[in-house]
Amino acid sequence: MKRLIFILPIIGFVGLAGFLGYGLTQDPKELPSQLIDRPLPEFALPGIADAPNGGPGLVSASFKGEPRLLNVWASWCAACPQEHPVLERIAAEGFPVYGIAWKDKPEDSRAFLARYGNPYSGMGSDFPGRTAIDLGVTGAPETFVVDKKGRVRFKQIGPISPEIWEGQIKPLMQQLRAEA
Amino acid sequence: MLAEIGHYALILALLVAMAQAVLPMLGAVRGDAALMAFGRSAAACQAVLIAIAFGALMTLFGQADFSVALVANHSAISQPLPYRLAATWGNHEGSMLLWVLVLSLYGAGIARFGDNLRTTLQARVLSVQAMISVAFLAFALFTSNPFARLSPAPLDGAELNPLLQDPGLVFHPPLLYLGYVGFSVTFSFAVAALLEGRADPAWARWMRPWVLAAWVPLTIGITLGSFWAYYELGWGGWWFWDPVENASFMPWLLGTALLHSAIVTEKRGSLAGWTILLAILAFSLSLIGTFLVRSGILTSVHAFAVDPERGVFILAMIIGATGTALALFALRAPQMKSGALFGSISREAGLTMNNLLLMALTAVVFLGTFYPVIMEAVAPANKISVGPPYYNLVFVPLSVPLLLLVTVGPMLAWKRDDLAIVGKKLLVPAAITAVLLAGLTAWTGLANAVAALGLALGGWLILGAVLVLVRRWWGAGGFSWRLVRTTPAASIGLALAHAGLGFTTAGIAAMTTFAAENILVMRPGETAVAGPLSVTLRDAQEVDGANYRALRARFTVQQGGRETTLVSERRFYNNSRNQTTEAGIGVSVLGNQYVAIGDVQSDARGQGLVVRLYWHPLVGWIWFGGLLMALGGAASLSDRRFRIGAPQQRSLPLAPGLVPAE
Repeated sequence: MKRLIFILPIIGFVGLAGFLGYGLTQDPKELPSQLIDRPLPEFALPGIADAPNGGPGLVSASFKGEPRLLNVWASWCAACPQEHPVLERIAAEGFPVYGIAWKDKPEDSRAFLARYGNPYSGMGSDFPGRTAIDLGVTGAPETFVVDKKGRVRFKQIGPISPEIWEGQIKPLMQQLRAEA
Repeated sequence: MLAEIGHYALILALLVAMAQAVLPMLGAVRGDAALMAFGRSAAACQAVLIAIAFGALMTLFGQADFSVALVANHSAISQPLPYRLAATWGNHEGSMLLWVLVLSLYGAGIARFGDNLRTTLQARVLSVQAMISVAFLAFALFTSNPFARLSPAPLDGAELNPLLQDPGLVFHPPLLYLGYVGFSVTFSFAVAALLEGRADPAWARWMRPWVLAAWVPLTIGITLGSFWAYYELGWGGWWFWDPVENASFMPWLLGTALLHSAIVTEKRGSLAGWTILLAILAFSLSLIGTFLVRSGILTSVHAFAVDPERGVFILAMIIGATGTALALFALRAPQMKSGALFGSISREAGLTMNNLLLMALTAVVFLGTFYPVIMEAVAPANKISVGPPYYNLVFVPLSVPLLLLVTVGPMLAWKRDDLAIVGKKLLVPAAITAVLLAGLTAWTGLANAVAALGLALGGWLILGAVLVLVRRWWGAGGFSWRLVRTTPAASIGLALAHAGLGFTTAGIAAMTTFAAENILVMRPGETAVAGPLSVTLRDAQEVDGANYRALRARFTVQQGGRETTLVSERRFYNNSRNQTTEAGIGVSVLGNQYVAIGDVQSDARGQGLVVRLYWHPLVGWIWFGGLLMALGGAASLSDRRFRIGAPQQRSLPLAPGLVPAE
C-alpha cells in the first residue's frame, strides 16, 4: 500500500505526457466555428447598387435548395484580390458563390468588383459589420459552405487556394449536392 | 569564421558532455577516484567550450554579421548595440544556447564548490547533470543551430521584435534561466540520491544552497517579468495568468516548497522522499515551461515560432528526464531510510502543511494551464481558455491558509510543541492584525472586506517576520547587540523573505480591489478622471527615435493637490513595422499613476486619441515584495553554515513497528 504512493507520480506523469503528445498534433490557433451544422444566422443585407448582380441584396432565407458558398470579403482586405481568381473559377465551374462585403463602403466594393471582376451570384453589403459578428467572422476573407437546408457545413478562414478548393471544398460541395 | 568556431565549440561540448555523462557514474560505482575526478575536469571544460560558443554568437550580433541567419533575422543595423547584444537570447536558438551555458556553469559550480561533497555523490550529480547537457546540446545542434549561415547575406537584418527592445529583456530571460536551469542541479542531486539509495541530512545540506541559487534568480526573474509586462506591454496589469507566466510560476511554487522541505530533511532527516520528489518535479515543470514556449501547444505572448519538430524533441527530453527520475523514485524511494518522527504540532508538521498547500497551489495553476490541452484531447470541439476568474476562485482561498501559516511556522519548535505556548508567542501580532483588520474594514466598507483581509494578512506576515528577529534580539536579559550581531544570515533571510511576501500580498489585495481605470477618447486640453486622479491631455506630437517614429502625448496629472507631468508614447518601428506602447507612469509608495495612449480614433465629438488612465494603489509593493523575497534568499545563501563541512550522518533511531510520518 505504501509502495503505491511512490508509484503515483509516475502514473500521473505518463498520463500528462500522453496529453502533451496529443496536444503537439493540434494547432491551438485553429478555431472551430460554432456555426458548424447549425442554420445560417438570420440576416437581410442591402445590395450594392450599380454593381453587376449587386441586385436587391442578400437574405439568409434564400440559402435553400442548393448548396452554396458564402464569401465574406472587403476591398481593404489584402488577401482578397489573391483569392478572387479562385472564386471566379469556382463560379465558372458552376458552383454558386454569394458575397458579403464586410465593413466596406459600397463605392469601394463597387470599384473593387469593377477592377477584379464579379464572381458573385448575389451580394450583400454589411457596412456596419453586424452580420459578420453573427457569423463569427474574425477576418477577411472567410468562406462558409451552406448546404441545401441552409445549414453551415464548413468554414474556411483565410483565402481559398486552388489546392483547398480542389482538395477540400469542391468534394464537399459535390457531396452536398448529392445529399437529399 | 567566428560562427564556425562557435559551432565547433558547441560540438566539442557535446562530446565532452557525453563522456561526462558516463565515466564519473562508472567511477562512483567502481570506486575509481580517477574516473570521478574526470567528471570535475569535464564539467569545467564543458563550461569553457559553451562560453566560447556563446561569446562567439554574441560577438556576431555585436558585429551585425548578417551572413549568420540568426543575426540577420533578429537584429538590424539601426538597432542600438545593447539591444543587438540582448538579441542573442531574444530568439529560440540563442536562448537555447543561453540555456546550455547556464546549465554548464552550474555543472562547473558543482565541480568547483563541491569540495565537501561525498565524492561518489558529486560524481553521480555531475553525470546526471551531463546527461541533461547532452540532451540540450543535441537539441541545439540538431534542431536549432544558432550558427547556421545565410547566403547571400542581406545588407540589413530584420529587427528584433520591438517589444523586446527594452531593458526588461536584457535581464528577464537570463534570470529566469538561472532559475529554471538551477533546478537541474537539485534534480541531479535527487537522482543521484536515488541511485545511491541515500538521502540523509548531509545530502539535504549540500543541496540547499543550490535550491536557493535557483530560487533567488527565479524570484527576481518573475518579478522583473511582471514589472516588464506592466510598463512595456501597456496592459496596465501585473499578472495575467498567461500560460507562460504560469510556466515560470509553477517551478517557483514547487521550488519554494522544496526550499522548506529540504530544511526539514537537513535538520531532522525527515521528509527525504518528499524532498526528492519536489526536486524532480521542480525541474520537470521548468522543462515543461520550455516545452510550452517552444512547441506551439498553447498560444501566448511569449511563444516562439511554432515548430512541431522541436516540440517532439523537447517532449522526448521531458519523458526521458522526468519519466526516468520518477520511475527511479517509485523503485528506490520506498526503501530509503526515514527520519525522526514528529508530533502534529511541530515545526516539521508546519512545514509539511506548507508543502501540501504549495503543492495544491501548483496543482491549481497546472490544471488551469493545461486544461485547454486536456479538454482538446477529450472533447475536440470545445476550444476553451482558462482565465482569471478560475484562479481568483481557487487560488486565492487556498493561499489564505498558507499565508496565515507563514507567521506561525517559525514560532513552532522542532519535534513537538504546544498550541498554548505558540498561541502566547503570537498574541501580540495576532492582536495587532485583528485591530488592523477591524480598522481597514471600517475604513473601506464591508463590501471590500476581502481587500481588508488581504491587507491585514500582509500586515500579519510583516509582523511575523519582525517577530522572528525581535525574539532573537531580546534575549532573557533584554535587548543585546551581541544577539543582533550573532543572528545567523539564515534567520535574517527568513525574516526578509516572509516580510516580502507580506508586501506582495498587501499590494495584490489593494490592486485587486481599489484600482481605478478610465478608457476614453481625449483631445488636447481635455480633462478626465480615474479614481483619485484628474488627468489633462496637454498635447500630442510626432517625434523621431533611434529606430522608430513615435506619437508622444504629454499629460498633467493632479492628485490630492500635487501635480505631475507624464509622457506616453506610441512607437512605430519602421524595419519590422511593429508598434509598441510606452506608458507614462508616476510612481509613489501609495500607488502608481499610469497613462497609456492608443490609436487616433473618432467619437461623437470628432477625432481624438484613445487614452487609458489608471490608478494603481500599492502596486509597487508587489514587486518590492518580490525583490525582498529574493534578497532574503540571497541572505540565506550567504549563511556561513553552508560553507563549513556538512555534518556526518547521525544514526536516526526508528522504533520498530512505527510508520514514519511522511
